[in-house]
Amino acid sequence: MSKLVALCPECEAEIDLQNRLVGEIVYCPDCNAELEVTNLEQPAVALAPRVEEDWGE
Amino acid sequence: MSQVRVAIVGGSGYTAGELLRLLLFHPQVEIAQVASSSHAGQYVHSLHPNLRKLCGLRLCHYDDLSTCDVIFLCMPHGTAMQAIERYRNLAPVVIDLSADFRLRSPDLYLRWYGKEHPQPELLAQAVYGLPELHRQELREAALISGTGCMATAAILGLAPLYRAGLVDQGLPLVVDAKVGSSAAGATPGPGSHHPDRSGAVRSFQPTGHRHSAELIQELGALAGVGGSWRQTLAFSATAVELVRGVLVTAQVFLNTDLDEKVIWRLYREAYREEPFIRLVKERSGVYRYPEPKILAGSNYCDIGFELDTDQRRLVVMAALDNLVKGAAGNAVQALNCRFGWDETLGLTFPGLHPI
Repeated sequence: MSKLVALCPECEAEIDLQNRLVGEIVYCPDCNAELEVTNLEQPAVALAPRVEEDWGE
Repeated sequence: MSQVRVAIVGGSGYTAGELLRLLLFHPQVEIAQVASSSHAGQYVHSLHPNLRKLCGLRLCHYDDLSTCDVIFLCMPHGTAMQAIERYRNLAPVVIDLSADFRLRSPDLYLRWYGKEHPQPELLAQAVYGLPELHRQELREAALISGTGCMATAAILGLAPLYRAGLVDQGLPLVVDAKVGSSAAGATPGPGSHHPDRSGAVRSFQPTGHRHSAELIQELGALAGVGGSWRQTLAFSATAVELVRGVLVTAQVFLNTDLDEKVIWRLYREAYREEPFIRLVKERSGVYRYPEPKILAGSNYCDIGFELDTDQRRLVVMAALDNLVKGAAGNAVQALNCRFGWDETLGLTFPGLHPI
């Protein structure tokens, strides 16, 4: 059985999509990017929109 | 296999205290003796109070040291080299945490320490005790050097780039190191007096820091330039309001256009199998980049980076505990390498959060 794995668009870490649903939010284990599952047939994720943090810059 | 019998010389200092803390829980090690020139007769826990009820040993004088399997030397810089033959006659493996045997080249030593090394032939024999770079040599080593705490962070942070030949050596390498007060050792001085040290952000060595020599040696070897290092290295050191901790921020210019995914790939490949190197670069949260605060007491070196694509400028951050991965923990890891043990033995403490 082939692995259901996508690559993080931020850091290319492998994202396990086993038992996930399209539209679900997952997190990259390496860079902690918030990712939206966009495809399970051809496993893919996309960066989820986020609110920018204010670091006092 | 029977336990390896270890002696620690210079037992009153912070690195000796850390060695004791780690080795007391090492399943392959028996601490046979702890020696001190100034505190002979006192209990170990009177100097290292965290070890009360864990270590019943009393410090002995240097003259009372017996033969053993391994001697750790935790004395001030310039001391071990004066009596190194005596210690080598007492044990087949000597691990010196001072700066005395870190450099392979007598010329490099002269340039950075301002005097001739009294045992230049031993410089070539000693192994720079950084397992991530010298694992194979450590397995046969009889004389192992400790590594400078700030140098360790900088070298580990930059090694993948130099090994891959991605650094533009025609442009400067700028390394800023922030370090906690314990790196200055256990002997107090005017600079460590609480009213002056507390709250300090003190540029104590903007130029000329001796850890530069370790970067030149190790990164030069990775880059294949050996002793012909020509790149401008601008290393500066700042004392900050920490007891433990080093944060190195290195700025290096790449010789080709890359994106961050390539850098991720490079570092992931370099350190995937390393038990104490962690990549820390997160898109959100508080601990997005390496932070020494959460590494206190642990043997980890956390490494992160960010690429300024417009300038091909890569900023590399590396953090560690100066007394652990920057000194005693790294020495224990080198010991584990030397005896072919699992490198994590005695070193599994993960640090604290919150702290």
